[in-house]
Amino acid sequence: MQNNVLDYFENSINRVPDKIAFSNGTDSLTFRQVYDQSNSIGTWLHQKGIYKQPVVVFMNKHPKEITAFFGVIRGGCFYVPIDEEMPRIRIDLILDNLKPGLIICDAQTKGIAETFTAFHGELALYDDICNSKADEAALGEIHDKTLDTDPIYVVFTSGSTGIPKGVVANHRSVLDYIAQLSDVLEFNEQTVFGNQTPLYFDACLKELYPTLKFGATTYLIPKELFSIPVKLVEFMNEHEINTICWVVSALTMISAFNTFKTVVPKYLNNIAFGSEVFPIKQYKRWKEVLPDARFTNLYGPTEGTGMCCYYKLLRDFEEGEAIPIGQPFFNTEILLLTEENKPAADGEVGEICIRGTSLTMGYYNNFEKTNEVFVQNPLNTAYPELIYRTGDLGKKNAYGELVFVSRKDYQIKHMGHRIELGEIEANVNMQEEIKISGCVYDDVKGKIVLYYVGEIEEKDLMVKLKDSLPRYMLPNMIHKLDAMPFTANGKIDRVTLKKNI
Amino acid sequence: MEQLLEILSDLHPEVDFETEDHLIDDKILDSFDIISIISEIAEQYDVTISAEHIIPENFNSAEALYDLIERLEDEE
Repeated sequence: MQNNVLDYFENSINRVPDKIAFSNGTDSLTFRQVYDQSNSIGTWLHQKGIYKQPVVVFMNKHPKEITAFFGVIRGGCFYVPIDEEMPRIRIDLILDNLKPGLIICDAQTKGIAETFTAFHGELALYDDICNSKADEAALGEIHDKTLDTDPIYVVFTSGSTGIPKGVVANHRSVLDYIAQLSDVLEFNEQTVFGNQTPLYFDACLKELYPTLKFGATTYLIPKELFSIPVKLVEFMNEHEINTICWVVSALTMISAFNTFKTVVPKYLNNIAFGSEVFPIKQYKRWKEVLPDARFTNLYGPTEGTGMCCYYKLLRDFEEGEAIPIGQPFFNTEILLLTEENKPAADGEVGEICIRGTSLTMGYYNNFEKTNEVFVQNPLNTAYPELIYRTGDLGKKNAYGELVFVSRKDYQIKHMGHRIELGEIEANVNMQEEIKISGCVYDDVKGKIVLYYVGEIEEKDLMVKLKDSLPRYMLPNMIHKLDAMPFTANGKIDRVTLKKNI
Repeated sequence: MEQLLEILSDLHPEVDFETEDHLIDDKILDSFDIISIISEIAEQYDVTISAEHIIPENFNSAEALYDLIERLEDEE
């Protein structure tokens, strides 16, 4: 039984050693190079005595960054990606939570990492540690001692109190996820991925691990191309990209601006999307230019390793209709639980809860938050069995397909990112000039709208927020109020705020 | 032009859009901004900016963007 994600190499390294595994269009690494360099990094970690620890990878998005991830796993440790796009305060919070002994950087990020005040460990340059001679015996021993329940990465997700939560995933949950995802999306050796999502979230698992498993190829599409739709499609054609797993906003960016009138992604035949509602109007534009392509809606939280449900778009949809979440992957069950923790009846709304191997292990160094959402299955009183409560509400439609209804709390999906409005408010309230703030989401226009009371002008507040919030969490509109509306219970009256939009 | 400068400085109050002419090349504007700007322009000027117009040359400065809007207004 395969119990280690790196065993995927066995297939690719023997069959297609010289094929490009990962590329950004300019720099590429073959399977042999990825394998050798990750072994060198694993050996280096071993010689340093770094084992079963978090290793932060702080590099520019590059094939080498992916190789660093595998190298960390090779050394029996787990990788934690951080990125220059993250504001400094967020990075400090993450380092504080992890207390890592080592950060792997590249020449450009090293200078920034040297200024991390929350970090007291060692900095290593990727290029300095990727060529040392691999110690096969030591790596073999680490491999043999590894259990499939050992962690391989921690990725941080938005926390409502302003403290990001580090989701810990192990070999087993990733193996299960990649097996089911690959089945549903029919990946194979001919698959050429065009990666859009950042490497510091779980979304990139969809490309990274199937590339190893099948000997496929992944192109990391340069981020700036997502501002220039024609050049983006030209890049896809140049590299014969046939498979994409993107956030909806990246897909709609191409179709909404009529890119297809100028250029069409001619190799593309496999399109998966998720995290947000795909407007039917935009879906139809894609379907029109790519009538033979497969379209799949994916759904799932980071805590379930990646995606846990899929829906293949085979029937027609009316404008305004919501594309279903569909059904769970094989080996995963979705429970719809009512407020009384009973199974929801057909058509009744319930909280989407996940049961199965694909559950991650919980939040790093945070048992309190873990125990709130990774809980005993209330339908089973006989033996210990965890489920993950997503906080998403769903129901079955007339076809028996699962559909997303809304959130239980103030979490939103914005431009493909999962955001707690509470985290935005917590960061706003940290500014000394602010008395109180309330954040709402304009679902129609897809905008984050912030209201506040305080002694600071909107523009100055925006400048300050840029230091503490990631780019995608910045409010799209800021309004200063004389007084905040409250409900009878003394809570911020979000309904009234929303009416003001 | 006033109106356009307002749209831009709402997004990036810290940038001087009257002088800055490397908005794309220096990565001051990213894809989030481009999408917001285009939808605001569509609302306020009643012109449609298509993919063929979304190239760095048209977005590197407020002036270039304003020229584009004027060209599109003339066409319509």
